[in-house]
Amino acid sequence: MTMHETYTAPATLAAPETGKAVEIIGLNLFYGAFHAVKDVTMRIPANRVTAFIGSSGCGKSTVLRSINRMHELVPGAHVQGEVLVGGEDIYAPDVDPVAVRRQVGMVFQQPNPFPTMSIYDNVVAGVRLNGRRMRREALDEIVERSLRGAHLWDEVKDRLDRPGAGLSGGQQQRLCIARAIAVEPEVLLMDEPASALDPISTLAIEDLVRELRRDYTIVIVTHNMQQASRASDYTAFFNLEATGRPGHLVEFDTTEKIFSNPTKQETEDYVSGRFG
Amino acid sequence: MSTRAPQDPPRPEVAPVPTEEPAAVAEVRVRPAPVPRARPAITGGALPPRAAEGLTLGAAILAVAAIALTDVSPVAIVLCALALALGSVYAWSRIVEGPRRAKDRAVTIAVTSAFLFAVAPLVSVLYTVADRGLARFDGEFFTESARNVVGEGGGAYHAIVGTLVITLCAAIISVPIGILAAIYLQEYGRGPLKRWLTFFVDVMTGIPSIVAGLFAFALFALFLGPGVRLGIMGAVALSVLMIPIVVRSTEEMLKVVPDSLREASYALGVPKWRTILKVVLPTALAGIVTGVMVAIARVMGETAPLIITTGTFSSTNWNPFDGRMENLPVFSFNQYKNPGVLRDAYFDRAWAAALTLIAIVMLLNLAARLLPRRFGTETRR
Repeated sequence: MTMHETYTAPATLAAPETGKAVEIIGLNLFYGAFHAVKDVTMRIPANRVTAFIGSSGCGKSTVLRSINRMHELVPGAHVQGEVLVGGEDIYAPDVDPVAVRRQVGMVFQQPNPFPTMSIYDNVVAGVRLNGRRMRREALDEIVERSLRGAHLWDEVKDRLDRPGAGLSGGQQQRLCIARAIAVEPEVLLMDEPASALDPISTLAIEDLVRELRRDYTIVIVTHNMQQASRASDYTAFFNLEATGRPGHLVEFDTTEKIFSNPTKQETEDYVSGRFG
Repeated sequence: MSTRAPQDPPRPEVAPVPTEEPAAVAEVRVRPAPVPRARPAITGGALPPRAAEGLTLGAAILAVAAIALTDVSPVAIVLCALALALGSVYAWSRIVEGPRRAKDRAVTIAVTSAFLFAVAPLVSVLYTVADRGLARFDGEFFTESARNVVGEGGGAYHAIVGTLVITLCAAIISVPIGILAAIYLQEYGRGPLKRWLTFFVDVMTGIPSIVAGLFAFALFALFLGPGVRLGIMGAVALSVLMIPIVVRSTEEMLKVVPDSLREASYALGVPKWRTILKVVLPTALAGIVTGVMVAIARVMGETAPLIITTGTFSSTNWNPFDGRMENLPVFSFNQYKNPGVLRDAYFDRAWAAALTLIAIVMLLNLAARLLPRRFGTETRR
């Protein structure tokens, strides 16, 4: 562990860290023979929003997907190093990836509600698909709580039996967030959740993200600098030396520091728009 | 619609803009003298409305008259009429509208007549079967078997029952195997095993149906001795033909299910098997149902494997595990091949059986088109 440079972001915010932090230690990610990400070590604090920024192909989405073991779904993909969620290594040999994903939820770039299911069924999909039998009232409660949590309740409460795919893009994305928080994960990963949405929906998602950090540890990948500076508490900047070389973590600090006074010239160039 | 007339000069080449030169040099460059540019006319001559259709119709009427009045081969006359329509429309259009439009009109006529040539045999078959089959398409035909019938009367009730029972058994065997194999190939299969299985499924789609019949006959002969004929043997033979079709169509439908839905399910902590069962299959259900219906319709009309495996029988038999079983294709074949004294009664029954078979297949195809609307997944606006 000591051979890697460890980035520990200073605790600046008053709110206590009640949830689970994510520690990444000496993480190397591969797609077959291709070394995608090199030597990432960082501690993502609990109950904060952490943004991953960086140019395309620098491995930020790959790192994100390694936090709930989605990375390995690609044939040939493999991982070296440790990822600790709440102090437990999710890559330990006796860990079931399915169980990890129940703790670490994910929202994707394209809204992907299940097309065969109603709004109601989409929200409880995680609960139902996991085979848990629940009483109708308990399910109703989950649906209302999750949809309220995703700021969607008022818009859809009268048409919960309508198909989820019939909503607008922004509503669909909030439905996906409701679906993700319905299973009550500890950590919520968001892979460019607003990049397919219009500015109004984007703002709605950003507000939601800031609010959700009270209950969840949130990691969000974004290409939008304003979004990172508006919505996140911490920012990690990833970059790659050249095409074909692995991406690496350049700098990880409070969002304020990254955007106003970064330590590295590379970061300064990127956040000020001089390249990338 | 019309473009530049053919005599117009070509559009002058635009000189490339010098990008790397310094601005000062660019300013002193002398602008080339403006070349008078011929703008493509957006108006032009046009044939009167429906002129091409009129000419083609005229050629068709000429052809019909020539076939009626002369002894020349109808094929030659039709080809001549087609050439006449193509040539006259092209020439007229080229003079009035220019070469591009003329080519467009000629190709339109060529493509449309190719379509008509392709449909003609189908219409002819349907018409002939309906025309001759309707003679015995009556109540007795659907309620009586051919038991003890040597002359007129009798029906194909036993054959309809047999076809439905045999096809149902074939579907019961093939649909689970086919769908599960497709799930393996699409969701689990990796490497050489998947490649080999895909290859063999492709080979199986090309198996001649008589080979499938001989396979089923040989298989049952191993256990029950030679000369046994059962409805279930026919179902096994049909399954050999049906499984690859179900595998192929289901695989295509599973491929269409977006990976984002699988990932969404995995991200909720749902295991893979449950994701396939509850997310992937329901999303692809409409397409899978259509594929199964098409496969059923495709094997229902098979004759050769059933002649070998189910034999022929003039009484109704509901039990595929006990004795011979008549079915529509074999019934039709035998009525035509072995007519009795009252030849026409046999022939009428053969045609009526063929018409019944076509009607059942058409109903199934219709259902296959309508069902997806019921099961249909709500698409995005």
